[in-house]
Amino acid sequence: MRFDTPATTNPIDQLKVVGKPTDRIDGRHKTSGTAHYAYERHDVVPDQAYGFVLGAAIAKGQVAAMHLEEAKTAPGVVAIVTTLDMPRLERGMMNAAYLFGGPVIQHYHQAIAVVVAETFEQARAAAYLIRVDYEPEAGKFDLAAEAPNAPLVGDDSGEGSSGPPEVRVGDFEGAFAAAEIKLDESYTTPDESHAMMEPHATIAAWDGDQLTLWTSNQMIAWGKRSIAKILGIPAQKVRLDSPYIGGGFGAKLFIRADAVLAALGAKAAQRPVKLALARPLIANNTTHRPATMQRIRIGANPDGIITAIAHESTSGNLADGKPETAVSQTRLLYAGANRLMAMRLAPLDLPEGNAMRAPGEAPGMMVLEVAIDEMAEKLGLDPVQFRILNDTQIDPENPDRRFSHRDLVGCLRLGAERFGWDQRNPQPTQVRDGHWLVGMGVAAGFRNNLLTKSAARVRLDREGVVTVETDMTDIGTGSYTIIAQTAAEMMGVALDKVVVRLGDSSFPASAGSGGQWGANNATAGVYAACVKLREAVVQQLGFNSADAVFSGGDVRSGNRSVLLADAASAGDLVAEDLIEYGNLAKTHQQSTFAAHFVEVGVDAATGEVRVRRMLAVCAAGRILNPKSARSQVIGAMTMGVGAALMEELAVDKRRGFFVNHDLAGYEVPVHADIPHQDVIFLDEVDPMSSPMKAKGVAELGICGVGAAVANAVYHATGIRVRDYPITLDKLIDRLPEAV
Amino acid sequence: MRSFTYERANTPGEAAAAVARTPGARFIAGGTNLLDLMKLQIETPTHLVDVNGLKLDTIEPAPEGGLRIGALVRNTDLAADERVRRDYAVLSRALLAGASGQLRNRATTAGNLLQRTRCPYFYDTAQPCNKRQPGSGCSALDGVSRQLGIVGVSDACIATNPSDMAVAMRVLDATVETVKPGGVSRTIPIAEFHRLPGDTPHVETALEAGELIIAVTLPPPLGGRQIYRKVRDRASYAFALVSVAAVIHQDGTGRVALGGVAHKPWRIEAAEADLPRGPKVVTEQLLADAKPTHDNAFKRPLVERTLGAVISQARN
Repeated sequence: MRFDTPATTNPIDQLKVVGKPTDRIDGRHKTSGTAHYAYERHDVVPDQAYGFVLGAAIAKGQVAAMHLEEAKTAPGVVAIVTTLDMPRLERGMMNAAYLFGGPVIQHYHQAIAVVVAETFEQARAAAYLIRVDYEPEAGKFDLAAEAPNAPLVGDDSGEGSSGPPEVRVGDFEGAFAAAEIKLDESYTTPDESHAMMEPHATIAAWDGDQLTLWTSNQMIAWGKRSIAKILGIPAQKVRLDSPYIGGGFGAKLFIRADAVLAALGAKAAQRPVKLALARPLIANNTTHRPATMQRIRIGANPDGIITAIAHESTSGNLADGKPETAVSQTRLLYAGANRLMAMRLAPLDLPEGNAMRAPGEAPGMMVLEVAIDEMAEKLGLDPVQFRILNDTQIDPENPDRRFSHRDLVGCLRLGAERFGWDQRNPQPTQVRDGHWLVGMGVAAGFRNNLLTKSAARVRLDREGVVTVETDMTDIGTGSYTIIAQTAAEMMGVALDKVVVRLGDSSFPASAGSGGQWGANNATAGVYAACVKLREAVVQQLGFNSADAVFSGGDVRSGNRSVLLADAASAGDLVAEDLIEYGNLAKTHQQSTFAAHFVEVGVDAATGEVRVRRMLAVCAAGRILNPKSARSQVIGAMTMGVGAALMEELAVDKRRGFFVNHDLAGYEVPVHADIPHQDVIFLDEVDPMSSPMKAKGVAELGICGVGAAVANAVYHATGIRVRDYPITLDKLIDRLPEAV
Repeated sequence: MRSFTYERANTPGEAAAAVARTPGARFIAGGTNLLDLMKLQIETPTHLVDVNGLKLDTIEPAPEGGLRIGALVRNTDLAADERVRRDYAVLSRALLAGASGQLRNRATTAGNLLQRTRCPYFYDTAQPCNKRQPGSGCSALDGVSRQLGIVGVSDACIATNPSDMAVAMRVLDATVETVKPGGVSRTIPIAEFHRLPGDTPHVETALEAGELIIAVTLPPPLGGRQIYRKVRDRASYAFALVSVAAVIHQDGTGRVALGGVAHKPWRIEAAEADLPRGPKVVTEQLLADAKPTHDNAFKRPLVERTLGAVISQARN
């Protein structure tokens, strides 16, 4: 099905099932331990051996020699494959780091061997017996030191945020110089780790030249092509299966060392191999969100109208890596006639930077929305009002191009009302509650909505059960449930008459989970397949297709009503289709919007920052399931608190690695950090997005949260911290005298 | 994890003798720290002597009027004990500020005293660390050191002791009761139990090879307001940046010990006479010889401000 004109009324608009806050249909499997994650799939293939991946102990250089004698004779060892056994393997899609093969070490904890043994403990113990001779080389590990020489580089995050090396509209320098009120500030965001609960894990088995990977991967079709490219085998010889994923946040968009080394280990051992990356390898072996250094300049007239805005960002990456597209949202979020955006990229020898939840926008909004707060203060304007004043309904770089639907103003107004923003004293440092300095902060949320083709297959059987098959993944997001709701709505059956099967590369290729594109596109693909199935049903039952109504397990037309199941009495009816898109995303800018409100307390003595309450108001098209969408947003808000207050991969700039490479050292919020969260979705539809009229919410929920926290900290303390995370050491010297 | 042999001991003397006669042997009780370190091959014992069956899991009145806490009393049980909550609130509060419920259910009193540093370089076997591999050097001195020690440090090591409980034990002046492999018992004042790193950061306590902790004894109740204030980046399940254990009386006199700043719970009795004069003068004495790094210089003002908050809390 080609979607190239705005959606009109369709069966989804009935909203009998879609749009309801349905419990997850996979919830009971997850809570009862019967949803088996990659490492737990003991039954899929017999005789599984265990693999353990050894990471390099240097950040840059060469492996000169590897001494395996002791490891080979250790108890239980079945096979050892080292990086010196083969030339450097190809890379998968959209990855900068080479995962295995050859002597060259690009970054710390790069995989250099896999040991396969009868038990996990034996594999791990034997891996530690491998002695490695290295020839280390000096590397570049300090972004601040490399930034002055970083060239302008444009790119696309692969997840919907992008920019050329430099974008200019009007005359930024002239307008900024002439502006009566100006801001020129610099900010930094640190390297961050996805820190998902389930580590990268894969079971690999060969059957002749056929490879099956039971793995944990967000993008099955990408993964299939990538593993084939890396191993140099035809893609049709590969099957990936990933029905449950214990969190990804972008870390599992790609084939990484777990899948490659499970496959190589299984080949060498001549039996299936199961392995997971040990937690200490996650930070340095896999990908992370790169640190940024950002500069923002804003000029405005005294009435608060922005006349000039510039956002520049510098990040680092391995050679062939991408810049963090942190300026992307500033191209679209606020009006202003004179504009400058620029991205610079410094070559670094740290592990690979790549997509993490809202790549580009997440760190970009953490900075832009603090700058907006600072500018509002300079102007003597309420920060909500300043944002409303500079709202735009057109793409500022291309005035002929409108937003498909944009209600940032509605989010800000409703949020301000619900949060009690009018109770906020505009002056900072005025509110105290016992030993807490209390402040309120606001930020806009913004994230693009991506359209990408997505296919599905639907089957109706004689019991009236509708089975959906697509390689779409559920990374904890609720994909199973919204797909079931879509099929139930389209076929006029109850939710318990729908079976959803996901994550298998033998199913039709979907949008996958990334860039908050999964919900809208994957359900639109199911919609398309269901339209075809409805046609097949109508034809089978001899109805006139134009007026057939699918409802309550029946198909009705005129006075005639037949059980839907009867259409399959002579055999299952199967339909397959995909949604693909025309030019609507080019003629109109599709984005999602939010307003984030946060209240914090800052301990007057110690500077500890604790969030007291949060509210997100989101405008993201039709909300397919308010319950799972809310879960997505509160999870994203929580991640935003982590980014604001504690998350930082600490770089050892001499040895070249992330030092705090476990969950004791890399702190993310715990329950005690997150007291009260509210989420409100504006009641809206976007007919330009798809027949579902829905957009993404999962990444919108993080964009702007960090800035709202930072602005609340400023309001509480009068201290503007421009280097994330806002830890107490950055406040303590500037806090008021202790009592 | 290296392969190891394992036995269960029946008496403290037998346990001590078993560890003494086997090179590379270690005691194991709750295992909440040792097992993690074994998985990473930071600890590589050849033999484990399980002391969980030694029946050292009761809390009894001590003859001098205090409490004698068996070495195997779990952190959860110790924190919840009515006598501890009433008379040694600082200890209960310190315990509850540490780890998680699950860990406290397993972790023992003696094991808590023996937990090892959380310095990230100690945890990465690819990096030099004098504590893990004597003579290899200290990566933290010019590395990432935000969490690490500022006082009592040496050129060989700036690690901190991560225990909350030990800071409370230090402010209470507990004594550690042990049995040596020959069966001889002794008591070690908590002040002398943990060592500063000096040139031998791998030697962390006064215990001799095979010496087993059998109890920790608290002195008779001290009265006063008992406070444990732990400062950290997140609200729970994090190690202290700085912590303050305090016993403060109505007249403003009292005692104070610090966590998160040194290789051992940090207390200087001579400084306590100045407690009624406020946090600044006490902090100056506590941290007179401090040598912070660039990353952790904030701990000095943080100690002073936290101590100030504790003193004012005690007076209210």
